[in-house]
Amino acid sequence: MATRTDEPAGRPMEPGPGTGRGLGANRTGRDRPVGGFELWSWLFMRVSGLLLLFLAVGHVLIMHVIDEGVERVDFAFVQLRWGSPFWRTWDWLLLTFALIHGVNGLRVIVLDYVRRPGARFVLNWFFYLTGTVLFFLGTVIVFTFDPSAWPATS
Amino acid sequence: MAVTREPGDRTDAAPDETVQLLMRIRRYNPELRADPWWDEFTVDVEPTDRILDALHEVKWHHDGTLALRRSCAHGICGSDAMLINGVNRLACKVLVKDVMPKVTVEPIRGLTPLKDLIVDMEPFFAGYRSVLPFLINDEGEPDRERKQSPEERERYDDTTKCILCAACTTSCPIFWGDEEYVGPAAIVNAHRFIFDSRDRADRERLKVLSEKTGVFRCRTTFNCTEACPRGIKVTRAIQDVKRAILFDRY
Repeated sequence: MATRTDEPAGRPMEPGPGTGRGLGANRTGRDRPVGGFELWSWLFMRVSGLLLLFLAVGHVLIMHVIDEGVERVDFAFVQLRWGSPFWRTWDWLLLTFALIHGVNGLRVIVLDYVRRPGARFVLNWFFYLTGTVLFFLGTVIVFTFDPSAWPATS
Repeated sequence: MAVTREPGDRTDAAPDETVQLLMRIRRYNPELRADPWWDEFTVDVEPTDRILDALHEVKWHHDGTLALRRSCAHGICGSDAMLINGVNRLACKVLVKDVMPKVTVEPIRGLTPLKDLIVDMEPFFAGYRSVLPFLINDEGEPDRERKQSPEERERYDDTTKCILCAACTTSCPIFWGDEEYVGPAAIVNAHRFIFDSRDRADRERLKVLSEKTGVFRCRTTFNCTEACPRGIKVTRAIQDVKRAILFDRY
């Protein structure tokens, strides 16, 4: 079969590595899987979406619905809740997954609707940096919050 | 509109009855005006005529400058996909009686209009070519045909029906935003070979389709499946390809 010059990077007639029978002859998974960053990004959105459903709805129920809801949330409530490593972990997971899920979603929207490479670059990095700063601030608070540091309020 | 009828079903169409159809057509001619405009024509057609016949009536008897593509006029060549009353259809497969008394015709979206209903199809075919839409098998020429079981044939049966009319790709909101996306039609034609037991270049195609311009851009809006004049389950084919990449199994 003739090689076509207008084809993209793939070179269809070159034998695959180590198979001895050419491309695609290996269907047993000995080669590296073809999926790259876009596959894992796509899969992450689905898995983190399910986790966030659980984490975020749980958060809303605790903070806004159960008992008197948001009316009872004050410093003492936060202090009590964050006295348990379980709730700190919960909130940190919520922070982490929501930020990565959100920033990756924005990256995909930029990919879809922003055509100019320069604008793409600027917007993407704005979202990456904002996400990183928020993640850093949230992580510091979750792991270093110490109610005794605010004696007047406790 | 686009009601499916059994062949020969003319029960609700009086023979030789002529009706008037108001056609609102989006025109564009960069040599005359910078922007597109709308023209209206009232044509005498039969209820069982197709929109393509009505467009012929306009071109042959009202305004010869109207530009459109059509070849076989029987739903096989895929030349006359256009936006008919806001949805992608083949002009040769929509009957006048299903859109009476008026119809709006526009070029398909997401590709650059060249003149009237004709658009530049090159980005569409660039996506198509990028998935290597032809049988690749370097195991040497067989003495007889390459045999395939009915079950093996069934795996890609649906995606053999594509006529490359671009109705799916130009109904896809992702393609509207970014014509670098290979689009549903290219994925359908990749599917046709990826799941063909005689083909040996699945990995090459899946590599192309796992890039930034590939299947993971699909948001499963189902516009493509709704638009396909051949009834191909396009979204399903795209999901098949995603699954093949995810599980490395095809």
